[in-house]
Amino acid sequence: MNFWDVFLLKILEEEFWGVFLPKILGGWVVTVKVLLISIPLSTILAITLAVARIYGNKPVSLLAASFVGLFRGFPCVVTLLMIFFALPEIGVYLSPYWSAVLAFVIVSGSYQSEYVRGAIQSIEIGQSFAAQSLGMTKLQEIIHIILPQALRRALPGVSNEIIYLVKYSSLASFIGVGEIFAVSRLYNSLYFRPIDIFLAAAVIYMFMCTIASFIFKVIENKSRYPE
Amino acid sequence: MIWKYPLLLRYLLYIAEGSVWTFGLVGGGLLIGFLIGLSIAVGQVYTKTAKPFLDAYVWFFRSTPLLVLLFLFYWGVFPALGRKLSPLACSIVVLGLRSGAYQSQIFRGAIMSVGESQLMAALALGMSEIKGVLHIVLPQALRISLPGWSNEYAILLKDSAICFALGVIEILTRTRFVVMAAREALIPYFFAGVLFLVLTHVGTKLVQIVYERTKIPGLIWRM
Repeated sequence: MNFWDVFLLKILEEEFWGVFLPKILGGWVVTVKVLLISIPLSTILAITLAVARIYGNKPVSLLAASFVGLFRGFPCVVTLLMIFFALPEIGVYLSPYWSAVLAFVIVSGSYQSEYVRGAIQSIEIGQSFAAQSLGMTKLQEIIHIILPQALRRALPGVSNEIIYLVKYSSLASFIGVGEIFAVSRLYNSLYFRPIDIFLAAAVIYMFMCTIASFIFKVIENKSRYPE
Repeated sequence: MIWKYPLLLRYLLYIAEGSVWTFGLVGGGLLIGFLIGLSIAVGQVYTKTAKPFLDAYVWFFRSTPLLVLLFLFYWGVFPALGRKLSPLACSIVVLGLRSGAYQSQIFRGAIMSVGESQLMAALALGMSEIKGVLHIVLPQALRISLPGWSNEYAILLKDSAICFALGVIEILTRTRFVVMAAREALIPYFFAGVLFLVLTHVGTKLVQIVYERTKIPGLIWRM
């Protein structure tokens, strides 16, 4: 028997992988469920915050700015734990899953909004004048003229933040969401095979991050204005 | 409610004391990360053979969550190497290894923006390649990379909160103790968050001062 036969036998013989693999893939499904909801919502929140900061009147703009400043300054874990443990004190009861989604939307939305804001501010003022001279309202101008250009410019930064979000989704295990890391932690305490288990989790995260960055690169290329 | 307790101030002071541990984590992590990141950046720019390995290192540490790395190293790698580290030491090493991967990208961009002509000029003056990199390229590259580096400080500071999972008694762990003792979550967590916010701003301002102080007068960098 050569090395690979021994290696394969060792993997196949033991019941460990047969038990662990389906479970960690189940955890992966939960992670994907969290991400698939929180990524679009966070981007929508980011656009709203950025538009509110730039085009809103004084109080709205100040409110959006302090929201972003606060949640960019808080570590993601602190926001997550605060939402899960402190919201019940003011009478809002959320399941772990929805607490995690809410926290990720708020945190990632705040980070992404900075990129969107920078992109909106980098659009030449002439575009705005042109829209006004065509008789567009402010809202039409923002939706049809400014945002389509700004979002394309913001895409690299926003996609970077979304990839961060993929990694930070592991924090949801602290509040009892049964995602990849929660499953690996549980199985590490049952079997105590830390290297196998956490490397498996790491590989899944690496796979997700690499796929995500590939997808964003494709979107970036497809959405680019032809020269 | 927590404000009914006369203990409030002591609780909050207890949390604030955790910033010493947090600074330990961040300082150690930044230092290790600086050394690793700088070596990786130099290796990535100036060598051919080591580049794929360095790229693989950067790829692994940048696309794995800190939480998974902490547990992998604390329970897996260090015991397998026959050396069980304390939670604090393990957290510092992991933060450093990971930060090194991130910092290498900052330094690599800075080294590349200094440009090849500087190194060529150094070679023309009779310097060896190592001397040219050490005395000509790096002094400029490090100055350029300071703004990006202050960003890394902010990220590392916020990520160091995750080390509570291993039981390092830094700000967040203490906050959780206080939450358990006071049966009150909002104020301790909010206080911890604001503490992180303040620490981020103070640190970023300090780096900005260093940046202004070390700026070479009259030199404009084309980024």
